[in-house]
Amino acid sequence: MKRLYTMLSVLVLASMALAACGGGATEAPATEVMTEAPTEVMTEAPTEAPAMYECTDALGCVKIAPDEPVHIAYWGVLSGADASLGEDSKRGVEIAIDDKGGQLLGHDILLTTEDAGCVPEGGATAAAKLASDTSLVGLIGSSCSDETVGGIAAITNAGLTTISPSNTRPVLTDPARGPDYAGYARTAHSDAFQGKAVAEFAYNFLGVRKAATLHDGSAYAEALQQVFADNFVALGGEIVAQEAVAKDATDMKPVLTTISAAGPELLYYPVFVAVGGFVTAQIRDVAGLEDVKIIGSDGIFTADLLKGGGANTQGMYLSSPDFSAFTGDYAGFITKHEAKYGGSTLSTFHAHAYDAANILFAALEAVAVVEADGTIYVPRTALREAIFATKDFKGVTGTLSCSPSGDCGAPVIAVYEIMNSDPASWNPTSADAPNPKKVYP
Amino acid sequence: MRTSLGERVLDLVVSGFLWGFRVLIVAAILIGTIVTISAGKYTSEQWIDFVVFGITTGSIYALIALGYTMVYGILRMINFAHGDIFMTGAFGAYFLATWLNGTGFIDKNPLLGLLIPILFAMLVSASIAMLVERIAYRPLRGAPRLVPLISAIGASFFLEYAFRGFFGPGKYAYPPIKALEGSWNILGIGILKVQVIVTIAAFVMMALLYSIVMYTKMGKAMRAVSENKDTAALMGIDINRIIVSTFAIGAAMAGAAGVLYSIVYRQIDYFMGFTPGIKAFTAAVLGGIGNIPGAMVGGLVLGIFESVGPSLFLEGLGIPRPYQLKDVIAFTMLVMILLFRPSGILGERLTTKKA
Repeated sequence: MKRLYTMLSVLVLASMALAACGGGATEAPATEVMTEAPTEVMTEAPTEAPAMYECTDALGCVKIAPDEPVHIAYWGVLSGADASLGEDSKRGVEIAIDDKGGQLLGHDILLTTEDAGCVPEGGATAAAKLASDTSLVGLIGSSCSDETVGGIAAITNAGLTTISPSNTRPVLTDPARGPDYAGYARTAHSDAFQGKAVAEFAYNFLGVRKAATLHDGSAYAEALQQVFADNFVALGGEIVAQEAVAKDATDMKPVLTTISAAGPELLYYPVFVAVGGFVTAQIRDVAGLEDVKIIGSDGIFTADLLKGGGANTQGMYLSSPDFSAFTGDYAGFITKHEAKYGGSTLSTFHAHAYDAANILFAALEAVAVVEADGTIYVPRTALREAIFATKDFKGVTGTLSCSPSGDCGAPVIAVYEIMNSDPASWNPTSADAPNPKKVYP
Repeated sequence: MRTSLGERVLDLVVSGFLWGFRVLIVAAILIGTIVTISAGKYTSEQWIDFVVFGITTGSIYALIALGYTMVYGILRMINFAHGDIFMTGAFGAYFLATWLNGTGFIDKNPLLGLLIPILFAMLVSASIAMLVERIAYRPLRGAPRLVPLISAIGASFFLEYAFRGFFGPGKYAYPPIKALEGSWNILGIGILKVQVIVTIAAFVMMALLYSIVMYTKMGKAMRAVSENKDTAALMGIDINRIIVSTFAIGAAMAGAAGVLYSIVYRQIDYFMGFTPGIKAFTAAVLGGIGNIPGAMVGGLVLGIFESVGPSLFLEGLGIPRPYQLKDVIAFTMLVMILLFRPSGILGERLTTKKA
């Protein structure tokens, strides 16, 4: 009997080791695709009409026959607690397609979606699927920085380029981000700006001197709370606690008690919806945190937070891109959104997604080679370069120019205050009764 | 039986390693505890809070664990769909409670507003569990043990994604019960009303279940089937009926736990049963699977360890962000108990025939 249990434990250990290897293994199919995809596309070309275009692009070309659509994909979180983040961005892409009349260079635009679940593993799975689809010309996504961390290598190696509307982890567009990120650009702001803005808001506007942070271990939250902490200390404040929970944690009272023991005046938790809801709902029940100020960020800038957090959300602060600072026709976008979907926007990055899709379309139009019979060739390297060369692009969120490391956003951050904890009242863009309402700057 | 020298050396190495492991864990817990206590970061009220939080979560784990343990006791199978049965109860209660809340019924009759959704959730969970038993388990009775286990995992996925299909992947929020807001002052310590009520409700349910199993005719039949199915059948007990009622009662407990959980944590979604299900399974094994008081003890011990552990011993060991390791505590306990006391804290009631 005893030996049986020993064997069992060895089995458990072995399966753990296997699981640990799993993360690395996901990259394998990517490299396979890289070597296969371009050659396949190139060998296909000679079978066509005599006046064909000869593809000389290093990454190969995507050939679109006259009756085929221009295939783009959106990947991001479309299920689970954070689905509103991904769904919101997807709507932005759909509106951009509508504005094109559903057509690009005389071909229909086909949008498919891939759910990445806001976790690195989901990002890796979605990216592997997308990478194996040779009909794809470009991607919009992902939603969560974690998904990009998990999937970007597969996408880059397949010769694809993705533009994320909502990834904000600073390192994703760092000049030293590494070759895996060559196919990655974003229209979202980097959290280097957001964390700084929140720290200034807390220190200067709220006058808080002792702050604590809480994150959920995600690439986004972990980095953002650190940017906040660094800036808050630089301003002269004190960080009394930096705690973290698991992403599937539900009982926050123990960790909040630990935070309470450090005596903060403010708690910053730039997390996602599930954890954000649990923390908000439970924070006032913990002795010592009854009056502490609470701030979240763009990851929970959604009516879903009010459902999970309940009455405690009233008076909570949330940082987000500043809608009133968008220089483009944001009001026009909202009108189209209203007409197509009804109701308020779901989250913060719809306009960024709209801009991302339009940058992709502009780059496609610039580099695509159209044959006399309507066949299109899209050289992949040229498309990537065209996206990165975007300059003074008039988007809804602002005038966008991409840096060599893929930062295309025009970051203006504002802090909003939740005025009413009823999810039905959520409408940050309303003119007369905005909820949440912009309070800073 | 003679053993070779090689085997004996291997045995020695293995038991040496296991002893080292035991000593290491105990030393880690002791050192961490001493360092934390001597640092004096937490007041005694805060320690009591940690324990109270743990008891609340633990009593919910215990309620779910009862279903695992009862089904195991009778069928020797782990019903991995049990966590999702818990989820179905929460959904059922959510829809009823939202409707009741809309009519203002809950505000007027807080006690009934609490009881009616619980009863409804028990009904929903029990019906779904009986269906699952009929479709996924009964045809496989008598098959090798692994077969119903795989079928249970399939049933679990089916329930999760069926609910996702019906109600979408988003979150629902259980309506707040105004009467349960705020806290009571008990012996100078403020304890949240909702925690007191949830814990009491869980204990009442457990007492009810225990008396059903110990003092009713059906309970006697259950125990008989658990002892020996064939002999029980010869004594005129309808085995199928007893198995179905075991599933139904276990599921009713999980349904009630689903409501209590939703009242404490608010958020409801199709995947909410997964983690509590695994934790309750851990609790059942911890207490001694097949043993009803064991499931209750296991649930409470697990809940308290999870709540107190990160701040008591992990923080003392200088581990940064200890709360990320909460699940590690739970599953280390599972591994420890499997290694060192496979029969659980209170011991599985095994006769030689079953072992």
